[in-house]
This record gives sequence, C-alpha cells and structure tokens, in this order.
Amino acid sequence: MADPFLIGDGMTGGYGKNGPDILHDCTISVEKGEIAVIVGPNGAGKSTGMKAVFGMLNLRQGSVKLGGEDITKLSPQARVRKGMGFVPQTHNIFGSMSVEENLEMGGFIRTDDISETIEQVYELFPILREKRLQAAGELSGGQRQQVAVGRALMTKPSVLMLDEPTAGVSPIVMDELFDRIIEVARTGISILMVEQNARQALEIADKGYVLVQGANAHTGTGKELLADPEVRQSFLGG
Amino acid sequence: MDFLNAIVALANFVLIPAISYGSQLAIGALGVTLIYGILRFSNFAHGDSMAFGAMVTILVTWWMQSLGVSIHPLPTALLALPFGIAATSLMVLTTDRVVYRFYRRVKAKPIVFVMASIGVMFIMNGIVRFIIGPGDQRFADGARFIMKARDFKEMTGLREGLAFKTSQGITIIAAVLIVALLFWFLNHTRTGKSMRAFSDNEDLALLSGINPERVVMVTWIIVAALITIAGVLYGLDKSFKPFTYFQLLLPIFASAIVGGLGNPLGAIAGGFVIAFSEVTVTYAWKKIAVYLLPDALEPSGLAQLLSTDYKFAVSFVILIVVLLFKPTGLFKGQSV
Amino acid sequence: MTQNIRTPLLFAIMAVLFILEGSTNFWVFSGSWNTSLAILNMALISAIMALGVNLQWGYAGLFNVGVMGFVALGGLATVLISMPATPGAWSAGGLRIVLGIIVGVGTILGAVQIRKKMSPGRNRGLLMIALLVLGFFAFRYVFDAGVEAIEAINPAQTGNLGGLNPGGPENYKAHGYMTLLAWPVGGLFAAGAAWIVGKTALGLRSDYLAIATLGIAEIILAMMKNEDWLARGVKNVVGLPRPVPYEVDLQKSAEFAARAEAWGTDVTTASTIAVKLSYGLLFTAVLVVLLVLAQLSLKSPWGRMMRAIRDNEVAARAMGKNVTKRHLQIFVLGSAICGLAGAMMTTLDGQLTPNSYQPLRFTFLIWVMVIVGGSGNNFGAVLGGLMIWFFWIKVEPIGNWLMMVVTSGMEDGSGLKTHLLNSAAHMRLFSMGIILLLVLRFSPRGLVPER
Repeated sequence: MADPFLIGDGMTGGYGKNGPDILHDCTISVEKGEIAVIVGPNGAGKSTGMKAVFGMLNLRQGSVKLGGEDITKLSPQARVRKGMGFVPQTHNIFGSMSVEENLEMGGFIRTDDISETIEQVYELFPILREKRLQAAGELSGGQRQQVAVGRALMTKPSVLMLDEPTAGVSPIVMDELFDRIIEVARTGISILMVEQNARQALEIADKGYVLVQGANAHTGTGKELLADPEVRQSFLGG
Repeated sequence: MDFLNAIVALANFVLIPAISYGSQLAIGALGVTLIYGILRFSNFAHGDSMAFGAMVTILVTWWMQSLGVSIHPLPTALLALPFGIAATSLMVLTTDRVVYRFYRRVKAKPIVFVMASIGVMFIMNGIVRFIIGPGDQRFADGARFIMKARDFKEMTGLREGLAFKTSQGITIIAAVLIVALLFWFLNHTRTGKSMRAFSDNEDLALLSGINPERVVMVTWIIVAALITIAGVLYGLDKSFKPFTYFQLLLPIFASAIVGGLGNPLGAIAGGFVIAFSEVTVTYAWKKIAVYLLPDALEPSGLAQLLSTDYKFAVSFVILIVVLLFKPTGLFKGQSV
Repeated sequence: MTQNIRTPLLFAIMAVLFILEGSTNFWVFSGSWNTSLAILNMALISAIMALGVNLQWGYAGLFNVGVMGFVALGGLATVLISMPATPGAWSAGGLRIVLGIIVGVGTILGAVQIRKKMSPGRNRGLLMIALLVLGFFAFRYVFDAGVEAIEAINPAQTGNLGGLNPGGPENYKAHGYMTLLAWPVGGLFAAGAAWIVGKTALGLRSDYLAIATLGIAEIILAMMKNEDWLARGVKNVVGLPRPVPYEVDLQKSAEFAARAEAWGTDVTTASTIAVKLSYGLLFTAVLVVLLVLAQLSLKSPWGRMMRAIRDNEVAARAMGKNVTKRHLQIFVLGSAICGLAGAMMTTLDGQLTPNSYQPLRFTFLIWVMVIVGGSGNNFGAVLGGLMIWFFWIKVEPIGNWLMMVVTSGMEDGSGLKTHLLNSAAHMRLFSMGIILLLVLRFSPRGLVPER
C-alpha cells in the first residue's frame, strides 16, 4: 500500500525542548481529497497531535511525510510553503484588518497574482464578498471562522488543517461550516481537523481517529467509529 | 470689531501654536505607537533619539550654510533633513541589531525591553551632549514669518495682529503630508499591510509567512524618519536643546496612550488633544476676555487657569483620566 | 565563585576604592579624604534610594520611574520642618492657603462622591464637571490671595511660609535636630504622593505605571519650582540647619584643635573631615536599620507573598491574595524610603535647589544602581548604589584621562582636541548607558543576584 498523502507516523514528543511527552507513538494520516477527523476526550492531545503534524512541537520519535517527502525537520512556516494550511483555534484572523486584507495576508508568500484565489474564496464563502471591506474583528463568530479558513486557503494548500473550527458557534452555523468544509474537500484539498462535536464531525469524515492520552485508541472510517459500540459508549454519549 | 479682534487673538495665541505643537506631538507619538504596535514596548529612548536626529540635521545644516547653500525663504534645515533621517535610520537599526534583537530572540518580557531602552536613552543622551553640547543651538534661517503681526494689522485695520511663523507653516504642511503618506503606506502597500498584520496578530503573521525581521527593520526606518522630522520641526519652531527633547517624552507618551497605544490614528488625535489642552489651560485668557466681555466683567488677573510651568501636569491629568475611564484610549488601541 | 564569597568580596573592592580615593592621587584618584568621604556620603544616600526602588522592583516588579519626584518631596519636607517660620507669613496668608487647599480637596472628594452615589448618565457627568469647575475657581480665589500675601513678605530673603523650627529666624541653626525630624516626614510626604499615584495607576499595565510615575515626578518638580510660597521655588532655600556641628565652630573649639594636632592634621582639614564623618555615621546608621528591616521583611511571610505575587500574579490572585492592595503597600513603602533619602540629601547639601533635580540623575541613575547591583537582593541594591555613585563621580576624571590619552597625538589648540577635552564630562551618561546595557545583556540578574 502506498503512503497516504499526509502522514504523521509514530509521533512521540511534547512542547519545548524538555517538556514531558504528550504524544505517544501517535499516527495520523489523511488521503488526497479526504476528510480526517481527530476526536477524543478533553486533554487527549487532539490539538497537540495536529500541531505535531504541522511542526509546532519537538518530536522525539516518528516522522511527518507530505506527498512522500519527509518534512519532519521543517518549521511551520516552511510547511506552509510546502502546501499545508493551518487554521488555529483562536486568534486566527487579523481582527483590525478588513476581510479582503486578511485574504491578502493569507497569500503573502505568493508572488503570483492572488486575485483569482480571492475570487474562489468569495465563491466558497459568499458572505465574505459582501463584507470584504469590513474589519474582520467586527464579524459574527461563524463569519470569522470563514475568514480564517479563507485566509488559510489563500496559499492554495494541498492540505488544510483546522483546529476546532466550530468552537463557540451556534449549531446552525456549525452545520453550515461543515458543509463548506465538505465543499473544500471536493476541490481536492485534504482536510485534517480536530473536533469537539465528535458525532457531527465523524458523520462527514472519511477517516476518524480517537485519541486517548496522546495515543491512538480507535481508528476507522467515520461510519465505523460511529457504529463502534465502545466508541459510542465512551465518547459519543451512548 | 471687538469680536473679530477676539477671534484673531485666539488664532494668534491659541489656535496656531496649538496646531503646530499638536502636529509635532502627533508625529512623535506616531513613532511611539508604531514601536509599541510592532515591537511591543514603550521606547524611553524616543525623546533622545529625536534629539539625535535633530542634531545630525543641525550639523548638516551648518555645513550647508557654511557652503552658502540655501533655499531661501525656506530654512536650510529642510534640505539637510534627508541626511538626518539617513543617519538616524542607521543609528536605530544599529541599536536594534546590538540591543533589542537579542531580547526578541529570547522573547524577553516587555519590561526588559523598556529597561534596555533606558540604557539606549542614556547613550543617546551622552552622544548628543558629547557632540553638540547641552546648550541651546540656533539653526533656523530663511524667512522667519509667513505673515507678520504688524503687516496683518495694517492689512486688516484690526487692533490684534496675527503672526504666522514659517516654522509653524512648515510644521502643519509636513504633518499633513507625513500622515497622508504614512496612512497610504500602511493601508495600500504590501509591506504596510504586513506591518499592520504583524501588529494585530504576530503568530498568525508568522504563519502567513511574514518575515518579522523585515517588518521590524521597516518599522525602525519609518520611526527614524518620523522622529527626525518631529525633532527638526520642534527645533525650528522653538529651539534645539537636548534636555527639552527628553522632556517631550511625557507629552508624546501621553498623546500615544490617550489616542490608544498601537493605533496610528489615535496617536494623531492624542497629539492634538494634548497640545490643545496644554495651550488652552496655560494661556492667559485676559486678552480675549477684554474684547468679549463688558467692562464690568473684565477679569482683574490674567485669567490663566494654570501657570505655564504646569503644562506637564495637563498632559498628565488627561493621561490619568483616560487611563482610568478608557484604558484602551480614545481610539481602540492594544491593551495587552 | 559562590555568592557567599562574592558579596563580601565586592563590598571589599568598594571599600578599597574609597580608601584609594582618600589616600593616593595616583591615576584618577584625588588623594583627599575629604573628597572620598563626600563621595561616600552621597553613595550612602544613593544606596538608600536604591533600596527603596529595589523594594518596588525586586520584591514586587513595580516599575517606578518617578524616583526624582519622591526624592524632591523629601527635600521639601526638610525645608518645611527644619527652617524657621517666616514671621507674619502665617497670619498674612497661611489661613487662606489652608482654606484654599481644603476647598480644593473638598471639590475632588465631592466629585468622587457624586461619581459613586449617582447613577451613570449625562446628569452625573454635568454635575461633576460643574462642581469641578466651580471648585477650581473657588480654590483659586481663596488660594491666590494667600499666596500673594505670603510671597510679598520680604521676597528677596523669604517670601515663603517657612517651617517649624522653634528657634526663629535668628537662632534656628541651634536647633539642628529639626532636620533629623524632617527625614521621616520626608518619607511621609513621599508616601502620600505615592499613595495617590498608586491608587490611580496600579493595576494598570506595567508601562502605564512607568509613564504615570514619570509624570508625577515632573508635576512634583513643577510645583516645587513654581509655588514660591512653599519653599521659594527656583529662588532656592539656602542655609538649612544641620544635625552635625559646623566646621567653623569646630575650628574655634580648643579641644578639637588639640585633637586635630594629635592626629597630625591641620584644624581646617580635620574639621571638614569630622563633619563629613558625622554625616557618614548618621547615614550609615539609617542605611543599616533599613537594610536590616528590608532583610527581615524579605524573609517574613509578607516578603514571600510579595515575591510569589511578582513571579505569578495570576496564581497569587487565584489564591485569594489582594494583589493590587499589596502592590499599593509596597509602592508606598518604597517611595517613602526614596523620600527619606531625599530629605537626607537635602540636609547634606544644606540647601534646596529645585533646578538641580534631573530625572537622569535622580530616577534613571538609581535604576542603573538597582539593575547592576542585582534586583531583588537588598545587598545588591546597596552595592549598586555605592558602586555606581563612585563611578558616576569618577567617570569624569577617567573620561578626562581617556581624552588626554586619545588626544595626546593631536596638535595643541586644534578644534577637535579642544572639543574632545571639553566634552569629556558627557562621558558620564554614555558610560552609564553602556554599563546598564552590558549588565542587562550578560548578567541580567546583577552582580549580587537574588537567592
């Protein structure tokens, strides 16, 4: 079997040089154009797992590969250039800048014309076109998340990583955000996301990872995990 | 007629001086606010760096004057200004490289940066006094007035004169130009936007591939230009004396904070708020009251709210009131 | 090298430097005990100021750049306590001044009450503004007449209220102990000002406190320069009484002359040294008492709590500590020590000259002392005070010497040479900046780090 498009393989490590290990032999991967979701109880290392894939912590063991290329040693900034887009959980927009400027800053590293990509983002998130001259910080929670995703899409990434994109938004907005995320995946971009709302997230996921204490507890397709009685019992509330 | 006289006196003694002083403060506060927004500390060396910029410009001015270079009726200092800006840029970039960059690397607390800026302040102070001395320096030349009080009186037949100094005219024009240019730069160029992005959300800016060292470098160069211009304008308008530049620190800080630290628009508004308060509170209003009030009500004293020595108290009180009631300033600044 | 050896060693080096200053005129040393003791006396006062700043910064992490203002207030206290009352001043305008101040304070208190009692809205704002404006004019009306009356009394010599010295204008110098009384009062003055600043600016961000204190220092100084009725403003007050004997009196005393002869020095030199020594002993006594108190407090539960707050304010707050109140406490205490030192300094100078207060010298130099000595360590602050003051004085001769060396190859009378030689004095600020930056960069915890 060929390597998955993006894989964090057997990752062990923690924050800082001598911080305690948070991840223990944890493996996370996503195929091209698919949606992979990381779920698990509080403090299970979900976000840490994703940050490890993005290069934000020191790995003692394991490797990260993107499209077959080993990128374990690269900084997050370098990974962005390699085609990874990251949307942090909080502080993920430039609040004092307009929506359009947020998108421009998202495409800062590009030297070619970015107007076409901005147009694509507007097509994906029509509300942003309407609000493009408004300060991003003045938008509603759901709209801000759209700005954040749009900003990350500006580098035309091959993988988009989302850290709890639906934290703090209403259920209706959450559904809409998930719809948009599916749309993004249909354009061929792989999605790796961490979610609190495990049930809804697994419903749209091609692949799901349940992490417990920094290690893989269950892995499978979204449907398999939703059907797994043990997973249902412990994480999905019956 | 009395009413017109009162208006002219108001313009002559309050409006024009306050507008030109406000412009100088605004340009100075823009520098403080930019450093705060990008490098995230209050730069105590600001006043003395201003003195440095003004000093270099003065030295070049003297040299030009000795060569007979002149752009009469404008002051020669304007011609020397680019040299001053260049030297000051070099100076601030050197201090950044030698002093501040290390603390950025180790992610030191803001207060450590402030301490370091105090060290830089001492050094600047020493250098300026070492080179040009602690005394008053004159370097203004060209026409002193755009409009002389006497000419105005003859022209209008009013009792009150309206004097408009060249330095005040230049200050106001320069302030408008600088503010327009700076805002155009910040809002419409890629580098300017990246500076705003960096100031707004450093982590995300790094994630977006914005090079922090480049942002910092551009910021210092802009700050160098701003402080040199503010320093020279203040020197042309009043006089150049190293110690007064140190004292400008308080009203400049007050302007930046009152406007909202990190917010350029706020810095400008803050500069004018402080300048107008200082001038109106310390002005002897008797002259104007005499024109406006009936004889019976004429004030017996000078009708001065506070002696001019208390002008620092004015900026301070405004500062305290704003801090207590609106800690992020009039315009929303950062309140980290 | 362990700190147990290092601290005494550094103090010993300082002692050697002071001895060299007194005993040899080699290199930049003057070889005069008189000079050495003069430097030492100011160094002791500086050490006390550094102790006060260290209390605020080292214990609590409060960034006070208004040291100059508190020091100046101490000086003011010396005048208001140790000078004699100006005859007729109190009856001429004293009452009006007191009344004016009552009106002023009453106005502010009234405005605060309105703000507290009334519900927010336009009415409250208008009423507050109306009260403040009316109060201001009432204050000026009552106050200004008093000021005018007092300043009219013999303006060439007094023109101020004067102090509390019971000796009267003729005999006040006999009551030199009044200056000692002024020292704690200086501390009280500074504490009062610090309380007002702390009440408003503590709890805000650290650099806001810095700017607020910078401002209050400028205001205190503006007041001292401007309010002639208080301490003659820029006309200065000279001839303050002394807690120690006068040189001339010593020279007249046969007993002292005999003792001077026994020491093998002439009477004049002996008398100046004796006076300086007495000051030195007084200052050392104060310094030792404060140092002991500071050390005791550092080791007390109170001191531990302070450092806990400094190191993690959030955690301390979560544990139910009233951080703002503790900060206010220590801010007031530290400023009081600066005020005390200010009163001592004015006593040593024998005069109050508001124009001589410069922020670089009285605020930022003290900071250099604390940082170089070792913030958080009282011995460090004292060492920093002694050391930096010694260098502050000696940088000038060192600078001169350096310039002589640099310019020795140059032609006599050349413009550059003259300029360099004349500007050597400004090496002071420059070298202090270099020292501060070097310590901050390479030894951020100072020469004697906190344990």
